[in-house]
Amino acid sequence: MSKKNQALLNALQEHFNTRLISSTLALNEVTIEVAAKDLVSVCQTLRDEFGFSQLMDVCGLDYLEYGQADWETDKTSAGFSRGVSKAAYHDVHPERPARFAVVYHLLSLQENQRLRVRAFAEGEPPCVPSLIDLWTCANWYEREAFDLYGILFDGHPDLRRLLTDYGFIGHPFRKDFPISGHVEMRYDPEKGRVVYEPVSIEPRVLVPRVIRHDNRYQ
Amino acid sequence: MSEIRNYTLNFGPQHPAAHGVLRLVLEMDGEVIERADPHIGLLHRATEKLAETKPFNQSMPYMDRLDYVSMMCNEHAYVMAVEKLLGITPPIRAQYIRVLFDEITRILNHMLWIGSHSLDVGAMTMFLYAFREREDLMDCYEAVSGARLHAAYYRVGGVYRDLPDRMPQYKLQTMPNHSAKDIERMNGNRQGSLLDFIEDFTNRFPTYVDEYETLLTDNRIWKQRTVGIGVVSPERAQQLGFSGPMLRGSGIAWDLRKKQPYETYADLDFDIPVGVNGDCYDRYLVRIEELRQSNHIIKQCVDWLRKNPGPVILDDHKISPPKREDMKGDMESLIHHFKLCTEGYCVPQGEAYAAIEHPKGEFGIYIVSDGANKPYRMKIRAPGFAHLASMDEMSRGHMLADVVAIIGTQDIVFGEIDR
Repeated sequence: MSKKNQALLNALQEHFNTRLISSTLALNEVTIEVAAKDLVSVCQTLRDEFGFSQLMDVCGLDYLEYGQADWETDKTSAGFSRGVSKAAYHDVHPERPARFAVVYHLLSLQENQRLRVRAFAEGEPPCVPSLIDLWTCANWYEREAFDLYGILFDGHPDLRRLLTDYGFIGHPFRKDFPISGHVEMRYDPEKGRVVYEPVSIEPRVLVPRVIRHDNRYQ
Repeated sequence: MSEIRNYTLNFGPQHPAAHGVLRLVLEMDGEVIERADPHIGLLHRATEKLAETKPFNQSMPYMDRLDYVSMMCNEHAYVMAVEKLLGITPPIRAQYIRVLFDEITRILNHMLWIGSHSLDVGAMTMFLYAFREREDLMDCYEAVSGARLHAAYYRVGGVYRDLPDRMPQYKLQTMPNHSAKDIERMNGNRQGSLLDFIEDFTNRFPTYVDEYETLLTDNRIWKQRTVGIGVVSPERAQQLGFSGPMLRGSGIAWDLRKKQPYETYADLDFDIPVGVNGDCYDRYLVRIEELRQSNHIIKQCVDWLRKNPGPVILDDHKISPPKREDMKGDMESLIHHFKLCTEGYCVPQGEAYAAIEHPKGEFGIYIVSDGANKPYRMKIRAPGFAHLASMDEMSRGHMLADVVAIIGTQDIVFGEIDR
């Protein structure tokens, strides 16, 4: 299996060469990264020539807080409050072209292989081209990624919200969207309808994010 | 001349055939569907976002609540993804137990599917039959995990505990409405271990499947309602991202248990049923045959598990908690337990996608880890999501009553679609 994936990786590198921003084989899974402008042409080739007939999944990703821990164990003088306030975070990502990415999981039934394609969504609002012309099932997956992350899919005919409530404001899976949300709703007996109000609960961290740099976890 | 009008029909979200909270907006020309627009998300609980705020070991019970009729299979995909990132392999006995319960879960799922599907299209009896068998299998769940539905039994590195030596029995004191004779009869197959109980079930089950087939397979009404309904060609099935019985019903022999074997499926003997026409009836036949094949796999697992005792979870206390007795007297065990329960374990940086052949199709978990004790991003690839997305294409040109048959054949469960 790993030989097969290595062969796939080599073939992809040879075929696309400079169009691949990066290509890796890790945990026996092949991942390639392409620029948003090359996405459609690369995926077309992957579908028609490499046999990736199925798009299994489209996943939005927000790299805002990647690699940042709530609690630095080297210097604990600031105490637990650092785990609650996000002041310790810094929003710089020199190594990434953009904050948002879209990850596609492809499956080839003929070759029995999987491939992961990552494209960073640049711009404000973040945008990547839609793959709906290549795989019909991209329709809902892209609607979902738009709904949860606010990533636009250029060329999508029907980019509506999918999972959130009618009239929802914001993109809930973004890392700067609090887990408890911004509004809560209740039934108002006087108005005779459901009303939305700002949340009354305070966000809290039950278990801080910890990244251990010691070799016990290597 | 009367005026011709198109109707927009709102189907659900509170409708017995909507299998939960599906809201379908149907544009109709008379009784013919012109466009179907499913509105989903009424059961959206942001499982993926919740998982980002919890250590890896605490998110596992959320998986039960995704597809709440095939609980352990969801857990399986999750623990496989974490195990892949950690680079660990569970003990062989744990793998067999997982396969055993995956197949029990498959029967559980298909039982609910056939019950509700046939109820939707007018066959009441099937529902009662199917729930009779589900009862026995949920007793297996209960015996092994203590819960009948949300088991939380699979753990990273194995399973929570070994199979019990004694099957729990009914007691007269707690069931005053039954006679002593009844209780004795009900306890008849509960005298031995869990494996004895499961074996007894596997011996009875093929006869039950024959009963279902007698009721449905040649039933004129059943065939009228399913043959030629919701036909999907193999090409379209791939385009639409189908997997599992939906893909096999369209004639593509694709099963992850065979093609990308995980756990011990490579050592087990079973066949993959494939449909021909890609309609609701073929998908019904595929799932019925899967029931028989699952039963066959369960038998093999029971045989193996009887002969091969051994550990069921890794002995690495960085990942699995130590025994409770050890914690009472051993400092090291206490520390391990404390660290696991407060902080969890850190998972190496990287990303992994683990997929299993879930009863509904390919259920995948994609985890991105940045080296912390919580996943940076977890994405659930739910098979039902892609299937429901094809509702528009599958139901176009059919009658309103066929929409119900198509919802049934897609095996929709909202826990996994809305997540």
